[in-house]
Amino acid sequence: MQKIYPSAEAALEGLLFDGMTIAAGGFGLCGIPERLIDAVQASGVKDLTVASNNAGIDNQGLGKLLRTRQVKKMISSYVGENKEFERQFLAGELEVEFTPQGTLAERMRSGGAGIPGFYTKTGVGTQVAEGKEVKLFDGEEYILERGIHADLSIIKGWKADESGNLIFRKTARNFNLPAATCGKVCVAEVEEVVPVGSLDPDCIHLPSIYVKRLILGAPYDKKIEFRTVRQREAA
Amino acid sequence: MATVTQAKGWTRDEMAQRAARELRDGYCVNLGIGIPTLVANHVPPGMTVTLQSENGMLGIGPFPYEDEVDPDLINAGKQTISELPLTSYFDSAQSFAMIRGGHIDLAVLGGMEVSEKGDLANWMVPGKMIKGMGGAMDLVAGVKKIIVVMEHVSKNGDPKFIPQCTLPLTGKNVVDMIITDHAVFQRPDHDHPFKLIELAPGVTREQVREKTTAKYEE
Repeated sequence: MQKIYPSAEAALEGLLFDGMTIAAGGFGLCGIPERLIDAVQASGVKDLTVASNNAGIDNQGLGKLLRTRQVKKMISSYVGENKEFERQFLAGELEVEFTPQGTLAERMRSGGAGIPGFYTKTGVGTQVAEGKEVKLFDGEEYILERGIHADLSIIKGWKADESGNLIFRKTARNFNLPAATCGKVCVAEVEEVVPVGSLDPDCIHLPSIYVKRLILGAPYDKKIEFRTVRQREAA
Repeated sequence: MATVTQAKGWTRDEMAQRAARELRDGYCVNLGIGIPTLVANHVPPGMTVTLQSENGMLGIGPFPYEDEVDPDLINAGKQTISELPLTSYFDSAQSFAMIRGGHIDLAVLGGMEVSEKGDLANWMVPGKMIKGMGGAMDLVAGVKKIIVVMEHVSKNGDPKFIPQCTLPLTGKNVVDMIITDHAVFQRPDHDHPFKLIELAPGVTREQVREKTTAKYEE
């Protein structure tokens, strides 16, 4: 089976429809599937529900889909640093389901693992618990959270072999791994595609079973939100 | 009010320094954004403290040199950082399993309000733009010890350690210690009230009482 597609557009062909749910990897602008986001934008698909920790920043990452008004609802934990998001949200044009970061990651993980829901202490006694089942375990309160099943997962990896075994780099792994597992189809973009057998099987982060379609997205011009450095001491 | 007492108190960095005194050798610690981040600069010499970043890293190093900056290597505040020889990387689900599972010894967070029952509000002001809670609700629910570092009063001079939070909660009955620019409050467990255990230099018990509406033991 050929998993490698010539472009992001080709890799998304037949997968997009209005009103669909997309799970996207990335934390801030780190490890975002930018080629695939561009292709989703270009397709014009709309009324999207997007599960992603953040919503990009103005005109970067998912911020691009917000600008073109293709997103109906975000499921996110943190959406700061995004003026267009703020405008649409305050105008009531954009729905947001604020989900604690760990709960969001676990909702993706459990959705992908065939677990429809789980109980967690996170959010007990807060707005997040409103309308959710509360259950006592050993005298402590927990709330029921549901797994996320997306129609499509879009993720960014570092290297993949031709079969779709994939590894991530440093903190760019973040939500890419749980997001990859919770979609009916996962499309991955990577910086490098290598022949089967050239990645150590003991070091695969995401086994090929999850990756249905793959594109080489390089070259990348990776963005930094907050560049912080220290000075070398004089020799 | 006839007199407004000006207490001197701790600077932001001194508050971080005070929080660092709660570190113990071998601790795995998560530091929030703002004053809590400064705690990393005050780890006592000879003590090994491993910092966790909830975006998927254990063993945060210092800010990188200019030529080491790597867009794939950031902390939870999205700042560029560096790695250490002991560093490990993992995904967000693993990261929060670590947090939720009680494997992190200590979290230091900022706060808008703390109630006398240990409730924390630090993520949302109704009517203002809501940015989201990020990982704060998971941290307060799962980490063994929660220290809140905050100014003793708001910019308007209103007490922040109060009988009951007025802002939406981040967690209910979760705070173990409060470090303000004026004083330190602590409680032995979540069934006991807070006790004033330390005053910042130049601050009196009366000044703390004047600026605190929460009930606490002295």
